[in-house]
Amino acid sequence: MQHYSGFELVKHGLSHHENWQRVWRNPEPRSQYDIIIVGGGGHGLATAYYLAKEHGITNVAVVEKGWLGGGNTARNTTIVRSNYLWDEAAWLYEHAMKLWEGLSQDLNYNVMFSQRGVMNLGHTLQDMRDINRRVNANRLNGIDGEVLDVKQIQEIVPLMDCSRNTRYPVLGASWQPRAGVARHDAVAWGFARAADALGVHLLQRTEVTGIRTSGGKVLGVETSRGFIGAKTVGVVTAGNSGVLAKMAGIRLPIESHPLQALVSEPMKPVLDTVVMSNHVHGYISQSDKGDLVIGAGIDGYNGYGQRGSYPTIEHTLQAIVELFPAFSRVRMNRQWGGIVDTTPDACPIISATPVGGLFFNCGWGTGGFKATPGSGNVFAATLANGKAHPLAAPFSIDRFISGKLIDEHGAAGVAH
Amino acid sequence: MLHIYCPHCEEYREEEEFRPKGEAHIARPQNPEETSDEEWGDYLFFRKNPRGAHHEQWYHAAGCRKFFNVTRDTVSYEILETYKVGELPTIDDTSRRAAK
Repeated sequence: MQHYSGFELVKHGLSHHENWQRVWRNPEPRSQYDIIIVGGGGHGLATAYYLAKEHGITNVAVVEKGWLGGGNTARNTTIVRSNYLWDEAAWLYEHAMKLWEGLSQDLNYNVMFSQRGVMNLGHTLQDMRDINRRVNANRLNGIDGEVLDVKQIQEIVPLMDCSRNTRYPVLGASWQPRAGVARHDAVAWGFARAADALGVHLLQRTEVTGIRTSGGKVLGVETSRGFIGAKTVGVVTAGNSGVLAKMAGIRLPIESHPLQALVSEPMKPVLDTVVMSNHVHGYISQSDKGDLVIGAGIDGYNGYGQRGSYPTIEHTLQAIVELFPAFSRVRMNRQWGGIVDTTPDACPIISATPVGGLFFNCGWGTGGFKATPGSGNVFAATLANGKAHPLAAPFSIDRFISGKLIDEHGAAGVAH
Repeated sequence: MLHIYCPHCEEYREEEEFRPKGEAHIARPQNPEETSDEEWGDYLFFRKNPRGAHHEQWYHAAGCRKFFNVTRDTVSYEILETYKVGELPTIDDTSRRAAK
């Protein structure tokens, strides 16, 4: 792998940047791999990278029906944070946060991770009680967090309407300074490049059409390019997890919903942090390019259509304009939807299945992007060892039978 | 914007008047005492989540405030039929393929 550095940039400048190595190869599939990962998004690519790097397993294929990072990795709103309430979730997301902090160096690829802070607003007394509880829980888990009053909020975000004259006045906020945003595409590309360099096969435009099993054990996957064998298969297909589960003949506690986002026309810097509100239902940040990145909750009905409904857009923008009256004149540039696989407790499923050798990493719902390196890291360990990584163990599918749910709707219902 | 025919009001109304309430026709276990944890878990949490025709409950929240069922395509979002609770759907993926 060609090393990226300032020196290389200058050197290639002399030849008009025409001689950069291709970022990854496009190999022909082998007939058999040690491990197949279905889904070439951020989580799948991260899994492949950590399998090769930490477990020395390089005979691995990532099978992707479209192009790398073309699903929810390309559609999310790039927010990274770890302020989850319950221990199990907090540990998992904090594990990811620690990996984020060294990721650009680790991958030799600039993922543009910017720890600009994330603010979760409270508009009611109950909001503030929940915020206090969550910040205290975070601090007990060694995760940074502060409770801000209105004056402190106004200092950080001067543009926001923190007066008492709004329909739902801002009463306070939780604040995680280490949280922030990262460049979503770069995360997929960085993991892909690093995994490819370690020998992983990235098989694009290869759609899985079936999962072949025998005697309750997985043998491999049927694809649009023929059968590919492996004794271990990890499925990391976000919104389409239910479709893959059906191929394997198993049921999942998952429903797929459209989740929408919007970006505005690019503007000069006006917002240097991330502001979220569960109560008025919206969140906003500004990208390095200058466009406002806006989102809110899922559309209520099941859907695979990768688009959402107009009432949801209207509702989202009402909330944003209520918080930032100055943005009422900003024109929206683009709007899109991604398909998120929601679970009943708003926590992921990282789990073995009744089919031997078949593992699922899914159910990240609305907030999987922030967990990309952590998810890949613990799933790689799970696939390599054939049993759950300690941080992944509480997220087994068995919790929907035992009842030991990890209810994170407060931390993940609107804020993603 | 979906236009949904409410079988109680007997007219088309806009999506904003309604609330989706998830998969329909999920029967509560008949004998709670004899129902295993797996069966309870399946009843409470596990869903069909199909890519195609989906039978689901909707609630006419800002109208008659009654529940009814809808068969809707989860890819095109097209509403194929609506019917009252207690009635059975007439359209599913098999019948749609046969009609083509």
